[in-house]
Amino acid sequence: MTSKTDAPAPLVRVRGLRTRLGGKVIFDGLDLEVARGSVTAIMGPSGTGKTTLLRHLTGQLRPDAGSVVVDSQEVSRLSRRGLFALRERIGFLFQNSALLTDFSVFENVAFPLRQHTRLPEELLRDIVLTKLQAVGLRGAANLMPSELSGGMARRVALARAIVFDPMLILYDEPFVGLDPIALNQVLRLIRTLNETLGITSILVAHELAAIRQVADRIYLVAGGKLVAEGAPDELALRDSPWTRQFFGGEADGPVPFHYPAPDYATQLGVAEARR
Amino acid sequence: MNTDLRRNWLLQGIASVGACGLFFVAVVGALPKSLRYWRELCRQIWFVGAMSLVIVMTCGLFVGMVLALQLYYTLSIFGGTAALGTVIALSLFRELGPVVTALLVAGRAGTAVTAEIGLMRATDQLDAISMMAVDPLAYVASPRFLAGVIAMPLLACVFNALGIFGGHLVGVTWLGLDNGTFWGNMASTVSLRRDILDGLYKSIVFGGVVSLIAVFQGYTAPPTSEGVAYSTTRTVVFSAIVILAFDFVMTALMT
Repeated sequence: MTSKTDAPAPLVRVRGLRTRLGGKVIFDGLDLEVARGSVTAIMGPSGTGKTTLLRHLTGQLRPDAGSVVVDSQEVSRLSRRGLFALRERIGFLFQNSALLTDFSVFENVAFPLRQHTRLPEELLRDIVLTKLQAVGLRGAANLMPSELSGGMARRVALARAIVFDPMLILYDEPFVGLDPIALNQVLRLIRTLNETLGITSILVAHELAAIRQVADRIYLVAGGKLVAEGAPDELALRDSPWTRQFFGGEADGPVPFHYPAPDYATQLGVAEARR
Repeated sequence: MNTDLRRNWLLQGIASVGACGLFFVAVVGALPKSLRYWRELCRQIWFVGAMSLVIVMTCGLFVGMVLALQLYYTLSIFGGTAALGTVIALSLFRELGPVVTALLVAGRAGTAVTAEIGLMRATDQLDAISMMAVDPLAYVASPRFLAGVIAMPLLACVFNALGIFGGHLVGVTWLGLDNGTFWGNMASTVSLRRDILDGLYKSIVFGGVVSLIAVFQGYTAPPTSEGVAYSTTRTVVFSAIVILAFDFVMTALMT
């Protein structure tokens, strides 16, 4: 694995990020950096705002405080035009694929090219078929999204996210619903894109085994803050309560398994009897 | 309902009218950019217009036929059945054509547009479009709005034509009114500017109102099954109220 953390300026720099959504604190002073040309995984318990973080990076959501810099640009200060120009260079894989249901698989992958370029139809067709081949779905080009399984839809969405060869790809739960063969191919694809084109990737995922194969660095986010960071192998061995609980999958630890609730025995009405 | 709740309800109502107004400004602002997506506009005109033809034509025919029956009976009391063609045409052009067509389109196309956009929101398609650096207002909202404005007056014309045909079928073919009287009186009384064009203006406004409500409700629908269902219902209810209210105001201003 090639970690290029010595690159001059990081591609993504988040400083003191504070976000509150619907009265709930999501981030409370989050700091992290993603080096150019690296594959970075963001892990953390469910509901810690990993998807929200990706939405900050693309300007879909503005932070309450703090700064989010992508490619030397402060995202929250960009004009609409500037934001769209930035987004043209970012690929985004949505958690639920978000394919356009009116269009075939081919047209879904071709959509960004048709909107932003005037490529001749033959060249466009070749690019789209190449990307579909990379995810193993060239034969499914004429199917409609409703005819795809969840895993296939995810791979089409991945082909769409990489069709522009962007500088940065954000993957929101890329491994969910993939069978072991597809999972392996997607891992190889992420790695290949990184090694051959130098594309920076940020993954939000829970599958530790898969992440260890592909990521240069893991950030563990919990309680609105960064609680641990490091290379996958090093992090798995680190003796901190956060990593021990998270990588060991234990219910007890700094991350509560249970959503805040009144006392169990009292709620079931057995507290009195027990006394 | 206590006073607080009533005040909240009123404030929410005013706030959503304001939000719809701002949305209208944004949709109109995105219109020039949306002309780039002329294919999408054509697809929407086809969907709102061509796909509504069957219901609009069938209803137009029956409305014309029932108008002929009712008006023939009323006019025969005063011995004025010769005016049947004129009265049918005036009722259709000035009032029933624009209003009934708008109500039909709100029910058939408006609901579909709301549900479609609501589900696009719920399945992250709007976010995906925006993430691919395409403005969803220009790509999704504006073409659907413009399609309503274009299709509605055309549909109203078709409704009127079928209505007059239905009236002729009942009045002349069935009840035995003279063919020449039917058409002659109509042609000499109905004015292009006062009756036909005023009716068309109404249709254009109704087209804008119905498609704005449909697109707004879809765009702001909560991303849940229940949210999309409520928004779809609201499209029909609000469209019906606003169409009839605007109809009264426009008729008062035009006469």
